[in-house]
Amino acid sequence: MKIHLTSVFVDDQAKALHFYTEILGFVKKYDVPVGGNDRWLTVVSADEPGGTELLLEPAGHPAVKPYRDALVADGIPVAQFAVDDVRAEFERLSGLGVRFTQDPLEMGPVTTAVLDDTCGNLIQIATQPQ
Amino acid sequence: MIGKWRLAYPAGVADDLFKALADPTRRTILDELVEKSGQTLFEICSRLSMKHRLGISRQAVSQHLAVLEAAGLVVSRREGRYKFHDLDTGPLRLITERWPLPDTSAPEESTP
Repeated sequence: MKIHLTSVFVDDQAKALHFYTEILGFVKKYDVPVGGNDRWLTVVSADEPGGTELLLEPAGHPAVKPYRDALVADGIPVAQFAVDDVRAEFERLSGLGVRFTQDPLEMGPVTTAVLDDTCGNLIQIATQPQ
Repeated sequence: MIGKWRLAYPAGVADDLFKALADPTRRTILDELVEKSGQTLFEICSRLSMKHRLGISRQAVSQHLAVLEAAGLVVSRREGRYKFHDLDTGPLRLITERWPLPDTSAPEESTP
């Protein structure tokens, strides 16, 4: 078994696609209408087109808002993305206006930071020891 | 001068302060907030587990923060959807007002 796809709930799929591709740098993989205004919308890492997909899932279910509000209030991210250099990404993304709820923090061999994806979620970026 | 602190601080305030300071985990939380004020619960938990290797649940950290807030040493601040915790060392003044430090910087002027 392997992790093939995981999802984050997003307030607005068009806005999410912009943020996850133009700002974070992922690449769109599938964009299929699935009824109403909803789309089956996934992105992948630019250097791993066959890798794990991230589904940008509509946040319409009534359970989503209280769940996410509680997580965001406590600063808890819903996903972690690997980057080569957390500090460099922090500088780059801050320059693009991205809001961080946790600045880069070195904890032993791991460095992390937490950002707001503007679609209702906090995302952790991390540099793991090689 | 004797008893001045009693006027400034009700007895309960002192009890809350000393109770808050009595716990090593809560002192570590204060240490981390000295390093950087304005942390989310998640960041405080990360620092305690990753930096200090404290096996402590998020609920327990929340309870420690509530004790620190009751003592006025930590103030939580809502900013949009986020909640940050700031350090306030103001209440520590109670200690040196009650038990003054020896004045080492400048000898007291003797005004005849």
